Amino acid sequence: MAWETVIGLEIHVQLSTRSKIFSGAATAYGAPPNTQACAIDLGLPGVLPVLNVEAVRKAIKFGLAIEATIANHSVFARKNYFYPDLPKGYQISQYEMPIVSRGKLAIILDDGTSKTIGITRAHLEEDAGKSLHEDFHGMTGIDLNRAGTALLEIVSEPEMRSAREAAIYMKKVHTLVRYLNISDGNMQEGSFRCDANVSIRPMGEAKLGTRTEIKNLNSFRFVEQAILHEINRQREILETGGQVAQETRLYDPDRNETRTMRSKEEANDYRYFPDPDLLTVAISPGDIELIRVELPELPDAKRQRFIGEYALTEYDSDYLTANREIADYFEQTASAALTVYASASQPHNHNTAKLSANTIMGELSAALNKHNLDITSSPVSPEMLGGMIRRIEDNTISGKIAKQVFEAMWNGEGDADTIIASRGLRQVTDSGMLEALVTEVINAYPDQVDQYRAGKDKVLGFLVGQIMKKSQGKANPQQVNDILREKLKP
Amino acid sequence: MSSLDKAEIQKIAWLARLAIDEGDMAGYSRDLSNILKLVEQMNSIDTTTVDPLAHPLELNARMRPDQVTESNQREKFQACAPAIKDGLYLVPKVID
Repeated sequence: MAWETVIGLEIHVQLSTRSKIFSGAATAYGAPPNTQACAIDLGLPGVLPVLNVEAVRKAIKFGLAIEATIANHSVFARKNYFYPDLPKGYQISQYEMPIVSRGKLAIILDDGTSKTIGITRAHLEEDAGKSLHEDFHGMTGIDLNRAGTALLEIVSEPEMRSAREAAIYMKKVHTLVRYLNISDGNMQEGSFRCDANVSIRPMGEAKLGTRTEIKNLNSFRFVEQAILHEINRQREILETGGQVAQETRLYDPDRNETRTMRSKEEANDYRYFPDPDLLTVAISPGDIELIRVELPELPDAKRQRFIGEYALTEYDSDYLTANREIADYFEQTASAALTVYASASQPHNHNTAKLSANTIMGELSAALNKHNLDITSSPVSPEMLGGMIRRIEDNTISGKIAKQVFEAMWNGEGDADTIIASRGLRQVTDSGMLEALVTEVINAYPDQVDQYRAGKDKVLGFLVGQIMKKSQGKANPQQVNDILREKLKP
Repeated sequence: MSSLDKAEIQKIAWLARLAIDEGDMAGYSRDLSNILKLVEQMNSIDTTTVDPLAHPLELNARMRPDQVTESNQREKFQACAPAIKDGLYLVPKVID
């Protein structure tokens, strides 16, 4: 039977506020246990939570970026459950009247088509602490540094139809929160994590199948793998006449499988109610407008602009706008490369833009990967890279020699002009010199010359190679080609 | 819903992690059912023109600037904890 997969994601994003959502304790990652857990985070008697304005602003920023409704009045609720990583016995979250509702996000599928995913809501809540299950003589260790960190929970509509779509959507949300600078998005440190609701139904069936919720998904790859695994598990159950149990499952990346965490019968009854310790949050249209003007250019707009303004391909544009740092690096490189050409009538030279894109996606990203560096800590600055591209563009060096120049810049030998001068890499374009080289090679390889004249065109490449070698790579390859062809004419 | 039976009382007690004596069950059932009856009585009032209220005080929240104002007081907090190790609070084993 043909099955259709239905997936909705709940993404938890830690907001990059300095202090916690309801207390003045620090949120820095990696501090010694419980050194950033104050009386409020510990849930000691007599304390009162006070909302961090920056958490609210960051949530609104996200809401505006997904064209959602921002609530005029938003309410915090208590979600009641007993677990030692949450000492109060409840988590402060939102239930009715979340801060952000009814947004949408367009994703681009692998076949190039666009699909819009509805975002039901995004609400503010506090993160829980961490339980450490190593052996403390049969006890569990609790670190409450994370307790109270501001979270934005982003809940999608069940509109994704494959594991791949879910991963693409998750990446898109990740890109967006990084562009908006509302989260560092660090998945290793748990700043960005995801639960997936997965069900399948016979193709064409309108009614949803029974869903399971998979927890503990902290990488794009795990989301895809876990959902694929879960789809297969559900299909096997249904095709052998069984029923899928509604339950929460935990993904184990080491074994690539999901296993039952708790069944519906044991499911928590959270008994949400408005938190009497916190008053309604009022958000005026004026507040929202002040935040709207702070929005940066968003990924989709930037991608379109790169295609239009720099004549880049969709592929290049996708790559370069995947994060803000790479996009900025590209634009700085392209404008540095352009100085000699820039004019009012020709603000961008498409060739230098394309060369900039290629070099960033090629040499630069390879070197960054090799040294495990982020683009913001590249030893080659955009200005230096742009300077090198300028010299390719004005024929001072060939693309091949540029690789040497890039390596030398990476190793700290200075900018492109310095390296070209000190290493004597300037391309030979003097036709007299080139003709002499061509003649030398023709005389040295009479057999190959005969073969070429007899119609073996491929031999030309060999002869060009010999000439380039003699020039130590510095001859202009196009000129060499032209001169050689001319001289070999019968 | 206006009357809670024994099973419902037991469930509510479990959710709140309260141990209730068998002998007190009837009393709790009566008291809680009476509270529900009061709520039902309020349901009969026409509130179509009244906005829902999340809090009895009709005030809006005051927010605080995003500043770290708390310092590390782990020693003090942990002085009253029943069990600690390496800076962690120790609790009876919990398994996910």
